[in-house]
Amino acid sequence: MITIAPVRKYVTVGASQQRAFTLFTNEMSRWWPATHSILKSPLKQYVVEPRVGGRWYAIGEDGATGQTGYVIEWQPPQRLVLAWQLSGDWQFDPELVTEVEVRFIAESANSTRVELEHRNLQRMGEKAAQIRGMVDSPGGWTAILESFKNCAALTNGG
Amino acid sequence: MAYQAAFLALADPTRRLVFEQLRHGPKPVGIIAAQLPVSRPAVSQHLGVLKKAGLVADRAEGTRRVYYIDPQGLASIRIWLDQFWDDALRAFKAELEKEGSDQ
Repeated sequence: MITIAPVRKYVTVGASQQRAFTLFTNEMSRWWPATHSILKSPLKQYVVEPRVGGRWYAIGEDGATGQTGYVIEWQPPQRLVLAWQLSGDWQFDPELVTEVEVRFIAESANSTRVELEHRNLQRMGEKAAQIRGMVDSPGGWTAILESFKNCAALTNGG
Repeated sequence: MAYQAAFLALADPTRRLVFEQLRHGPKPVGIIAAQLPVSRPAVSQHLGVLKKAGLVADRAEGTRRVYYIDPQGLASIRIWLDQFWDDALRAFKAELEKEGSDQ
């Protein structure tokens, strides 16, 4: 059994725990890298239905939707676990479940530490073994990296 | 760990360029070298490092050898997710701070 270490990130934001949780979940499309979407048209809205079992999906400007996953745990405003069901070629795969856990830790009234862990990544590898040539698709990670650079430049510039 | 080797392999900007040349499909060394200001032996060397890191694979195609991004490479999956979350959280923080400065 191959294992792959989780991706772990944290960031401290100048906002209350509640505000951070709300922006992360209810207003995801405000910060989700717009260049990175599973949809053909630009991202209009990114929805996390606020309950266990709720769907996590994107809505494009053309009205098309694309599912990313679902809500595994919903504990506002402290904790959230989302199922990320996108494979390595950025396609929704209902049989694939990787987990994104996000913890919101209040440091003060106006400061929150946000810790994110994306785990069970080896499950993507298991799928990847079945799906050949996936990285060549337009949604492959090289394209994503390019959009990261653009986003980072915009963020820095703003 | 494989992904650490992959990160190290892509830390070199030239090697990253070589890797990105493969995004549209398999290519032989000569074609990659023709697209870059890098000699063919240097490209071969970079491909060797990428292969060892699990980022690319190669196969014989007639008399030549073509390289392609290894779709089974767990390393590449982890790298893009790592970069993705960095970027997403940076944007998340920026959005919250924009609100703060608007008030």
